[in-house]
Amino acid sequence: MTNGLSQGRYTATAVTLHWLVALGIFGAFSLGLYMHELPLSPTKLKLYSYHKWAGVTIFLFVLIRLAWRATHPPPPLPAAMPAWQRTVAHALHHLLYLLMVAIPITGWLMSSAKGFQTVWFGLVPLPDLLDKNKELGDTLALVHKTLNLTMAALVISHVAAAVKHHVFDRDDVLARMLPFLDNNKVTR
Amino acid sequence: MTRFAAILLAGFMFAGIAGAAELGPIQADKSRLAFVSKQMGVPVEGEFRKFAVQMSFDPAKPEAGKAQIEIDMASIDAGSAEANEEVVGKNWFNVKQFPKASFVSSSVKALGGNKFEVAGKLTIRDKTRDVAAPFTMAQQGANAQFEGTFTIKRADFGIGQGAWADFDTVANEVQIKFKFVAAAKK
Ligand code: HEM
Ligand code: HEM
Repeated sequence: MTNGLSQGRYTATAVTLHWLVALGIFGAFSLGLYMHELPLSPTKLKLYSYHKWAGVTIFLFVLIRLAWRATHPPPPLPAAMPAWQRTVAHALHHLLYLLMVAIPITGWLMSSAKGFQTVWFGLVPLPDLLDKNKELGDTLALVHKTLNLTMAALVISHVAAAVKHHVFDRDDVLARMLPFLDNNKVTR
Repeated sequence: MTRFAAILLAGFMFAGIAGAAELGPIQADKSRLAFVSKQMGVPVEGEFRKFAVQMSFDPAKPEAGKAQIEIDMASIDAGSAEANEEVVGKNWFNVKQFPKASFVSSSVKALGGNKFEVAGKLTIRDKTRDVAAPFTMAQQGANAQFEGTFTIKRADFGIGQGAWADFDTVANEVQIKFKFVAAAKK
């Protein structure tokens, strides 16, 4: 691959936000699956609160990330990439952004509908946007779960694509999101 | 016609209670007995769907007022299906062993305006404690509406034992909110 290096880099802020949000999502996702299976106990109530606090925190980072992204266009994809792959990559990224917004919002709405208000870190009450309504709460829980499973599938494809770029295409797509790989590239 | 029937019924049901202005039976659809607990600092509301209230009250002679409330503990709605299963169990209300909770007034005093305070004994599980609840009375057409809020400590009644005894997930203070609507008997 001769033109594996693309012009341009993600800003350090974009890289930091990508990984902060990704780590947060891995955490909230695992905690969500785990806490859901527990029998009711004080521990369960605590974990539910922690999940909601973490989810709201991630949501704030996502908003910052979107604002950054809107003002800092991402670097172009490597020129060697076939057009269909670019289309898929862009579509996937947009879907991921959509889910990063929709998942916390459905969590928040679900909590309202279930009658358990979200109070961020026990300090900042978020307004209940919906009145208590059991059926709606159950539906939103299902929506929250389905969106999460969808995101999990997309993230797996996302990671697979990143690995493919690095291992097979040998371009710098992964490296520009993982700066420590970048150094290797430069010294090579 | 329905009004006539209601008065008849009221007279029939409360014939035994002597005292000040008698009231018709509680109108279940307009009355409510709710509680607000704090879970992880977040207020969560629940209610008892079945309770019986007997009272007589004349705002001109509040000291003569009387109230007796019996609560069907199995009718609890603690806010979610999961919580409902939990709270009827041993650690909470132990509904099998203690199917009813009750309140029996011992005195009523005027606080000025349409405000009053009722004191009495509240029994939940096997514990009886003195409680006092301020309330207001409002006339609504042919009905009298009594509304009030007071706070109890769940530990005083042994509500929430074992793993739940700690107050860091479910707070000790629980707010009780009541609204009773009864036909005022003329
Ligand atoms: C990016 C953020 C989030 C992720 C990745 C996430 C992930 C998950 C997952 C995987 C589950 C388990 C679903 C199941 O097995 O049924 C779950 C459940 C839940 N999430 Fe989230 N969540 C996020 C944000 C939020 C927010 C912001 C809230 C509320 C403010 C929230 C409230 C809940 C609740 C209440 C449940 C339990 C649903 C139930 O018990 O049926 N989540 N979440
Ligand atoms: C929850 C987890 C993740 C989410 C939601 C996520 C989301 C995203 C999004 C939306 C972009 C597009 C950035 C933009 O151009 O605006 C992106 C880029 C990227 N992500 Fe992730 N990501 C996650 C995890 C990962 C992981 C685990 C890897 C590592 C293999 C990874 C590798 C990359 C790479 C290499 C890029 C740059 C793509 C390019 O240069 O066009 N991501 N990610």
